[in-house]
Amino acid sequence: MLKQRPFLIETLTAIGLIAAPFVLPLLGFAPNTVNRILVWGLFGLGFDILFGFTGLLSFGQSAFYGTGGFVAAYLLTQAGFPYVLLALVIGMIAAAATGYLIGLIALRRTGIYFAMITVAIAEVFFFVEFNPLSDYTGGENGLPGVPTPSFNLGFTTLHFTTGWSLYQFLALCYFIGVVIALRIVRSPVGAIFSAIRDNPLRATAVGHNIHGYKLAAFVIAAAYAGFAGGLLGVLQAFMPPDAFTFDTSGQLVMQTAIGGRGTLFGPLVGAAVWLSLQDFLQATLGLGAAWKLVLGIVFVLLVCFLRRGIVGGLVDLYGLLTGQRRKAPDESAAQDDAVAAEAPPARQTAAAPMPARQRAGADPSGPILQAKGLTKRYGGLVANSNIDFTVNHGELRGIIGPNGAGKSTFFKMLTCEVHPTSGSIMFEGRDITGMNVTDVCQLGLTKSYQVNQLFAGLTVRENLVIAALSALRGKFKLDLFRSIDSIPGLSEQVQHTLELVNLAARPDTPVSELAYGEKRRLEIGLALATSPSLLLLDEPLAGMSPRERVETVKLLKSISQGRTMIIIDHDMDALFELAERVTVLQEGRVLVEGTPEEIKNNSTVQEAYLGGVHGELAA
Amino acid sequence: MINWPNFVSQLFNGLALGALLALISSGLTIIYGTLGVLNLAHGAMFMIGGYAGYVAYTYTGSFIIAVIAGSLFVMVLGVVMERVIIRHFYQRPHEDQLLVTFGLGICFVEIVRLIFTSQSQVVPPPAALQGITSLGFLFYPTYRLAVVGIVAVALGALFLVLYRTRLGMIVRAGIEDSVMVDSLGINVYRVFMIVFGIGAMAAGFAGIINAPVVSLTPGVGDDILVETFVVVVIGGVGSFPGAILGGLIAGEIISITSMFNPGYAYVMLFAAMTLVLVLRPHGLLGTQGRE
Repeated sequence: MLKQRPFLIETLTAIGLIAAPFVLPLLGFAPNTVNRILVWGLFGLGFDILFGFTGLLSFGQSAFYGTGGFVAAYLLTQAGFPYVLLALVIGMIAAAATGYLIGLIALRRTGIYFAMITVAIAEVFFFVEFNPLSDYTGGENGLPGVPTPSFNLGFTTLHFTTGWSLYQFLALCYFIGVVIALRIVRSPVGAIFSAIRDNPLRATAVGHNIHGYKLAAFVIAAAYAGFAGGLLGVLQAFMPPDAFTFDTSGQLVMQTAIGGRGTLFGPLVGAAVWLSLQDFLQATLGLGAAWKLVLGIVFVLLVCFLRRGIVGGLVDLYGLLTGQRRKAPDESAAQDDAVAAEAPPARQTAAAPMPARQRAGADPSGPILQAKGLTKRYGGLVANSNIDFTVNHGELRGIIGPNGAGKSTFFKMLTCEVHPTSGSIMFEGRDITGMNVTDVCQLGLTKSYQVNQLFAGLTVRENLVIAALSALRGKFKLDLFRSIDSIPGLSEQVQHTLELVNLAARPDTPVSELAYGEKRRLEIGLALATSPSLLLLDEPLAGMSPRERVETVKLLKSISQGRTMIIIDHDMDALFELAERVTVLQEGRVLVEGTPEEIKNNSTVQEAYLGGVHGELAA
Repeated sequence: MINWPNFVSQLFNGLALGALLALISSGLTIIYGTLGVLNLAHGAMFMIGGYAGYVAYTYTGSFIIAVIAGSLFVMVLGVVMERVIIRHFYQRPHEDQLLVTFGLGICFVEIVRLIFTSQSQVVPPPAALQGITSLGFLFYPTYRLAVVGIVAVALGALFLVLYRTRLGMIVRAGIEDSVMVDSLGINVYRVFMIVFGIGAMAAGFAGIINAPVVSLTPGVGDDILVETFVVVVIGGVGSFPGAILGGLIAGEIISITSMFNPGYAYVMLFAAMTLVLVLRPHGLLGTQGRE
C-alpha cells in the first residue's frame, strides 16, 4: 500500500501535526488534551510494533512507561540534572534495558502465558515503586516539579512551557517516533516481525532466530514506552505513580485495539477517541463515573465486529472504494495465470535454474547427508528404528512407504524439528544431531511441509521475501533502519523464485486468496527461497489434481538442477519418473533401496504395498 | 526476632488465602484447558460473586443463601457470557479472546461501580462462625479457619466432578485434545458451556466466601486476577492439581513475606514465578506442548 510514494506517510504526518493547533481547537480540543493524546500515541507506536506487527499482546507496558518516566523525573527533580531531553533519553534507555531483562523471562513462553507473565511483572513494578523504592520515586506522592524543556541556541533560547507551546516539542517527538517506527516496520526486521505474528513455526523453519527478534520487538516497545513516560512527567510537571498501574497498560491495549492494531497510527486515533469521549461523557453528558462503562462497551463491540479497529476499518473501506481499480489488474493476472497453466513450457524454460548457495567447506562430491542408526521413540511407539541413510551431492532421492511408515518423522529428524532418540546425522561433513531447525536451515538444509505452513496474512512476494532474507542476512541481524529494498540480491532472488514456482503473475496477491495448487507451489517456493543445498519435500503433490501434478513434477525437475533433493510422496508414477534412487520405508525401517526399476520389481515392496495396505499403489 | 504465634497465624492466613486462590485458579485453568480461552474477566466474576451474595444477604440475612445466590448468579452469568460472546471467539486468535474478556471484565466492574458505588460493602460472617477460636497456642478468627474447611470441601467437590463423573472425564479428555473429543461424537460446545459455567461459579463462590474476610469493592477482583495468573503459571496451565499446589504456594509466599514487609509480597511472588519459569517452563505440574 502506498509504496510507490516513499515519504507520503511521513509527509502527511508532518502536515497533520502542523495543522493540528489550527484545526483541533475548532473541534473543541483543549491543548492539554491534544498533548496527552500525543504522549499516548507515542507510547502506542512501540506497543503497536510489539502487538500489531509481532503479535505479542503484552498487558505489562506500564512497567516500562513508569520506569522511563520515573528515571527521567528523578534525574530532573531529585538529582538536579539540568538537561530535559537528555534525561528523557536516559529514561528511555533505562526502560529499554529493563525491557531486555524482562523480555528474557516473559518471552520464555508465548500466547496466553506471555500475557499472564507480563501482567504479573507490571504488578510487581507497581509495588516496587510504592514500597522499596519510595525514597526515590516519592511513593504514592509521585515526583512533583518536573521541568519543561528549553534549548539554548546561542542567539536565542527556545522554551517550551505548556499548552500549544509544549505541543511543538511533543509533536516533534511524535514525528520522530513515527519516522523511526516506519523505518523499522519497512526494514527486514519489520518483515520478520510480521512473519512471527503470522506463523512463528515457519519463521523459525526458514532460518530466523525468532526469539531474538521477539526480544528486539519487546525492547523497542519498552524504549517507546520509556520515552513517552518521561514526556508524561514533562507534560504534567509531575510524575504520577499511577503510570505504573495495570490500568495504564489496560488503557494502552484498549486504545490500540479501538484505533486499530498493526497500523502505527491506531494508538493515536484510539487515544483521541478515548480522551475526547471521556471529556464528552463526563463533562457534556454529565455521566460521571459511567464514562468508563461506555468506553468498555464500545471496546467490546469493536473487538467483536471491527477487528482492525477504526484505522483498519478506514483502510478496508478505502480498499473497497478503490476496489474496482485494483480488481482489474487482479483479474487479468488470474487470466494470465490460466494462460500460463495452459502453456507452461515457455514460462518454465524462461526461468533459469536457481543455484544453491555456495557455502564454505562444502565438498561438491560424495555424500551430502549421512544418517546413522536413526531411531525415534514416542513412549512405547517406535516411529523410526535404526535407519541408515546416505544421499550424495546432486542426487534426487525419492522416499515411499505406506501410511504410518515413519516418513514424516524421518524428515522432521533430518531437519532437526524433532531430535532422534539415538543415532546421528551428518550434513556436508558436519554433525547436525541436536542442532535446531533454524541453524540447520542456515546451513542449507530445509524442507517444504506436508500441510501448508505459509504466512497467511502476507502476500506471495512478502512470503518469499521472508524466506530469502534468511539466506541473505543470516539468522539474526538488527538492521532496523535499513530499507528492505536495499538488500543486494533480494529482489532478484524473490523474482527468480516467483518464476520458478510459476507465481510471477500474482506476486501481490494475499496468500488467503490463492488457490490450493498455488499455495502448494508457494510452500515449495518458501523452502526454495532460502537457497538450500539440500531440499526436502514432504508430499509436494498431495491433494493436487492430475493436471497440477504434471505441472508440479515439471517444477520439481527444474528446481532439482544444481541441488540435492529428497522427496516423499505417495504418487509413485511421479516419483519413479523424478528420482534416481528410491528408498522404501516400512514400519519405521528401511525396507529396500534402489533404482526405480529395481523398486518396481522388488517382491518385498510389492508385498508391503499389496499385502499390507490395498489400493496404495493405485493412489 | 520471629514471633512464633504470629508466624503460625500467618501460616494459617497463607493457607486460607492459598485455598481461595487454588479454587479461583482451578476455575480459570479448567476453562482455559478445555476451551482454550484465558478469561481475563475471571477476577470480575470473583467480585460479582461477592456482590451477588451481598445483595442476597441484605434481603434474607442468611449467609448460606448468600453463598448459594452468589455462586448461582455467577454461574448463570458465565453461561450467558459463553453463549452470547465467547463462543464466537473460539475460532479467533488468542489475542482477540484476551481483548474481549478483558473488555467484558471492565464492563462488569464498571456496572457494579455504577450500582453500588466505589464504597466498600461488608458481609458479616454467619453467627456461628463469628469470634475467635483458641488453638491452644494462639487465638485465630473462627471464620478464617472455616474458610479453609469450606474451600477444601469445594475443591473436593470440584475434584469429584472432574475425576469421578462422565462430564469430568469428557472435560479432562477435552483438556488433552478437544478436537479428538469432538470427533468422538460428543458435543463439545455444550461441554464448553457447562465448563465455563462451572469455572465461573468457582470464582463466584470464592468471591462470596471471601467477602467477610476482606470488604467488598468493585476492584477486589483485579489483584486476585493477577495472583491467579501467577498461581497458574507456577502450577501449570490446564492442570487442576497444579492450580491447588500453586495456590497454596502463592498464598504462603504472600502471607509470610507480608509478615516481614508487605511491600515485598509481590516481589517474592514474582521471584517464585521466575524461578519456576526458568527451571520448569511448563509449570510444576503442567505438561509440555500446551501454550
